[in-house]
Amino acid sequence: MTKTLDVMVGSPEAGDLTPGDETVQNFTINFGPQHPAAHGVLRLIMELDGEIVERVDPHIGLLHRGTEKLIEYRTYAQALPYFDRLDYCSPMCMEHSYVLAIEKLLGLEVPLRAQYIRVLMAELTRIMNHMLNLGAHVMDVGAMTPNLWLFEVREDTMQLYEAVSGARMHANYFRVGGVHQDIPEKVLADMAAFLDKRLPLFEDAISLVADNRIFKQRNVDIGTVSKEDAIAWGFSGPMIRAAGVPWDLRRSQPYEVYDRMEFDIPVGTKGDCYDRFMVRVEEVRQSARIMRQCLKDMPNGAIGSADRKVFPPTRGEMKQSMEAMIHHFKLYTEGYHVPAGEVYVATESPKGEFGVYLVADGTNKPYRCKIRPTAFSHLQAMDFMMKGHMLADTTAVLSAIDVVFGECDR
Amino acid sequence: MSLHLPRIEDRPDLAGAFASALGPSLLATKDHVGEITFTVARDAIVEACRIARDQFGYQQLMEIAGADYPERADRFEVNYQLLSLTENHRIRLKLSTDEATAVPSVTSLWPVAGWLEREVFDLYGVAFAGNPDLRRILTDYGFEGHPLRKDFPQTGYVELRYSEAEKRVVYEPVRLPQDFRNFDFLMPWEGAEYRLPGDEKAEGETTAAPSPSPAPSGSTKVEATSPPPTPKVTGTTAQTGGGTPANAEETRNARKPAAAKAKTSGGKASGTREPKPGGKR
Repeated sequence: MTKTLDVMVGSPEAGDLTPGDETVQNFTINFGPQHPAAHGVLRLIMELDGEIVERVDPHIGLLHRGTEKLIEYRTYAQALPYFDRLDYCSPMCMEHSYVLAIEKLLGLEVPLRAQYIRVLMAELTRIMNHMLNLGAHVMDVGAMTPNLWLFEVREDTMQLYEAVSGARMHANYFRVGGVHQDIPEKVLADMAAFLDKRLPLFEDAISLVADNRIFKQRNVDIGTVSKEDAIAWGFSGPMIRAAGVPWDLRRSQPYEVYDRMEFDIPVGTKGDCYDRFMVRVEEVRQSARIMRQCLKDMPNGAIGSADRKVFPPTRGEMKQSMEAMIHHFKLYTEGYHVPAGEVYVATESPKGEFGVYLVADGTNKPYRCKIRPTAFSHLQAMDFMMKGHMLADTTAVLSAIDVVFGECDR
Repeated sequence: MSLHLPRIEDRPDLAGAFASALGPSLLATKDHVGEITFTVARDAIVEACRIARDQFGYQQLMEIAGADYPERADRFEVNYQLLSLTENHRIRLKLSTDEATAVPSVTSLWPVAGWLEREVFDLYGVAFAGNPDLRRILTDYGFEGHPLRKDFPQTGYVELRYSEAEKRVVYEPVRLPQDFRNFDFLMPWEGAEYRLPGDEKAEGETTAAPSPSPAPSGSTKVEATSPPPTPKVTGTTAQTGGGTPANAEETRNARKPAAAKAKTSGGKASGTREPKPGGKR
């Protein structure tokens, strides 16, 4: 390096600089923990050869809150709100796996209307999640406008969330045995209006980037993953579908009323960042399609199980019935007992397979609740996905993973 | 089985085929709520995973979950959730280990196991032999202990704050403004079978089972020579076996109304019952 410096300062004894005089060493940089494109608190230790990435070592856990430990000290109902705070971009999908796991141990039936509501809300959540991710992806590779437009749509989904559950993000809406409250007719009409009137804005935003030359240059052939790699690295969701594996838990292991829905599963051809982006774009359209079918076919009826040892009575019932009052009191102090056993239940969250491994010991608290995050496996694959790419491609690969650290770090 | 749960086709012949393929290293097979769990010997886990992947089509390792059972000799369980994309089926492989014994790593079969094993190591302290990069992953740099063990307190041991004096983040022992509250609303009369103090008297000495299950039907009951149990009542002092209270005066005094008590307490000055606030002289 000294010779270069000598030439640069014009030192008399320095000769001419010829290529190959200097050997450039690899150097290591920190990407994050605070970085606008890190999607949260991710620290990447990157070993660079010039601008080429040689090795990536993601350091995660900066948002570790010990959720699994906390859940062991709470009753089953008290543990539910922690799931909203895992992947805070798609809260209800997190709750979904958890309530299904408990229902599986309890052997509990869920009324049809509640199943429709769950599917409806899960798909609304998928739209909500993808609005943020697609917008962030576009912005990370340099375009501003689509993100602003997509945030408009996301805000609408949050309004619907609030109308349904009372909270914009941390809904705490799904219950073991059903959902917390029924959705009024007006809100269902609002949802239909959202699908008809607001989703065109999404199409407009995507039309700005989907065929854009610069966007393609930044994404096509970046972070390519083959089918075999995707399977070996435990990929799921849009990541494995972009790699060309038509695997969707909603179709292959249908839960709730997904087997009554008509929808297509988009599959990528090359497994690069562009494929992942476009798979998510198509998923939004399919989610809207599922939501329309839910709105059309949703039956009337109860929104929760009639088993009063698990699902609380309505407020009106409590005013009339002493027994309902007692049930309510018992459910909100002691909670319900879940028979001993262990289950692993996974659902198709917007980011991939979100699983809950639940060990019950017959008491009112989980003995062990292991959460299977989606981003954990995907982020681990950063190293081989980034190898040989440019530093600037990191943001594209990271966005295409769709990582949220509330879920990854738990 | 409820219809709204993820529907997975049964593989009825799987358990037998897997048992014959694995041989003696398969310790137990359990089918609970439609999920099959194979408990395998610790040293055979790599072979079991290889057989599951190559012969039975479980291509994906989705999850490795630890669990802690401090009362067992091998206190840790490690659960491997496998998924078959071709057969559309899930199984779970389970093994147990203790703090000292390392589990063979399956990173040679699935690269995804690298982080999953790191996580179990971080949170439970289970070592994995053959994992090339067994560092902590979720906890802080320089963290001590394994937080998901049952004997690790929920509050942890250290807390951190930014110290204005030292201009850096400092670690201090956890100080709780109020004691850690763990509400136990568990009702002892249903659900978990607890042994309450006094239960053993009602059962008799012969059945000293830890759970208050009904007495074993059979020979022990018939040949028992103990007298038939009389109903336990506490109507009179003769039935309870107690005599007159030794502190009869005291008891009577305590039952007096507060006004009467105030009058008498000055005169007695026995020193046995001081007024509460000035308890410590």
